[in-house]
Amino acid sequence: MAGTWVFVEQKDGNIRKVTFEMLAEAKKFGDEVSAVVFGKGVEALAPEFAKYGADKVYVADADVFGEYNTGAYVAQMVAMIAEYKPNAIMFAHTFNGRDFASRLAQKLEAGLATDVIKAEISAGKGLFTRAIYAGKVLAKVEITTDPILATIRAGVFEVVESAGAGAVVKPAVVATAADVYQTIKDFKPTVSARPELTEAPVVVSGGRGCKGPEGIKVVEQLADLLGAALGGSRASIDSGWLGHELQVGQTGKVVNPNLYIACGISGAIQHLAGMSSSKFIACINTDPEAPIFNVSDFGVVGDLFKVIPLTVDELKK
Amino acid sequence: MKVLVCVKQTFDTEAKIELKDGKIAEAGINLIINPYDEVAVEGAIQLKEKNVVNEVVVISAGADKAMDAIRTALAMGADRGILIKQDTAADEYARAVALAAVIKEENPELVLAGHVAADDGSSQVPTRIAEILGYPHINVITSLEIADGKVTCSSEADGGTQVTEVSLPAVISSQVSWNEPRYPSMKGIMQAKKKPVSTVDAVAADNKIKIVEYALPAAKQAGIKIEEDPDVAAAKLADWIMNTAKAEIKK
Repeated sequence: MAGTWVFVEQKDGNIRKVTFEMLAEAKKFGDEVSAVVFGKGVEALAPEFAKYGADKVYVADADVFGEYNTGAYVAQMVAMIAEYKPNAIMFAHTFNGRDFASRLAQKLEAGLATDVIKAEISAGKGLFTRAIYAGKVLAKVEITTDPILATIRAGVFEVVESAGAGAVVKPAVVATAADVYQTIKDFKPTVSARPELTEAPVVVSGGRGCKGPEGIKVVEQLADLLGAALGGSRASIDSGWLGHELQVGQTGKVVNPNLYIACGISGAIQHLAGMSSSKFIACINTDPEAPIFNVSDFGVVGDLFKVIPLTVDELKK
Repeated sequence: MKVLVCVKQTFDTEAKIELKDGKIAEAGINLIINPYDEVAVEGAIQLKEKNVVNEVVVISAGADKAMDAIRTALAMGADRGILIKQDTAADEYARAVALAAVIKEENPELVLAGHVAADDGSSQVPTRIAEILGYPHINVITSLEIADGKVTCSSEADGGTQVTEVSLPAVISSQVSWNEPRYPSMKGIMQAKKKPVSTVDAVAADNKIKIVEYALPAAKQAGIKIEEDPDVAAAKLADWIMNTAKAEIKK
């Protein structure tokens, strides 16, 4: 068995942090750990994975892998699984990761645990904890289909440096242009100086209490001072103050930063589901009975329009 | 052109969840159409209103009560329903196999579904269906256009948004921001009662994953709550942010 594979999440050579989180976690299972990277001109990335313990780095470098596309990636991975027989493959639970893993799992008629927050992998068996109902319930699932497949939520495992051999392996490239069935017509990167919601160490969110775009601006001041991602409750998304991609909750994103600050958010169950696993939670709300106080380590009963600017001044001191 | 929409009946997202005898308790929980699937139903109806498609068929795999979800979709404006009777303990693989078998028989040009279910959060089933049928797919879409045998969608992507084109027939999964689902009208609800719904048994498929146990996450304890003048409260909050949560300040 060729150990645990970690599929590298990268775009244009920029590696997502979750890749290193997965490598560090995979090391704990005691088996050989390999990074698997698909792309164009990606071989130069190999030493990066060795720093986080990769014993091997499988590099599939070809034009057809230049942009993520399900067809070519699945065709290549299926061939590599047959050739090298990994025990398990971990993907990031990103849009691409879950797309890739789902289609691959079905092709192999295998089980797949998505959005995993805890993993235990041994020979032929994976035990994974998933936060279902957006975190209201934890489900432990067992997978014994071959290979064991899972997508891992960003930010739940710690990045730990450890030297690995990082021996580069170049598998035969079997995917061709004929495997590509999706044509990417356009890609617009999100233009934001702020980190991405699901990867940010600090998230500052605004809700109904912001009363409008002016209130969101107040919240943004605090977010930017903390280098935080900006988020919102359903009220501020439905009102059009923030884009849907910034919604935190059961019909939005689930976040688990080190610090979450809820501003003018009452704490509806569907919002709490998306942020309750944050390490530290603070809130500012005018209503002392708001449910958000029940999950907050530090709650301020007060008007965010007064408290936030003063807090920003204090933090700048 | 025929469009088929997969809907799953799920718990209301405002529901508080409890466990009973190690299982998720269903008593007293309001059941709804998975909000992501509801958007797919709305998208399909809008395509019919624009004369891009002429039939909207809703399918659901689940218990008898999933009929309510189908009736709701019919009341919104779908034409016909198919209930696939399947144990709700079926996993993503078994559900995809059951849905794909019926879809294959219906042979639609377009299959729509929500990109994820609000209950299990798996986001696997639409992509698995596409693989079984050998159709291309696009996930997490926020807009859709059909022309010349192709479907072009905007979708959320890692680090941005993208526009992708695939050939029909295809499986397309929706993000909730695609549209605003309508409420069924009284007339729609009345009409839905007369619309045809057939019931079939799910094709046999064994689960590929096993649920070992359910647990509730440790309840978060309420911490400090202060109610003081804004300047005092702000000073204490700032102190807590820096010294307890140890957040970095970007000056």
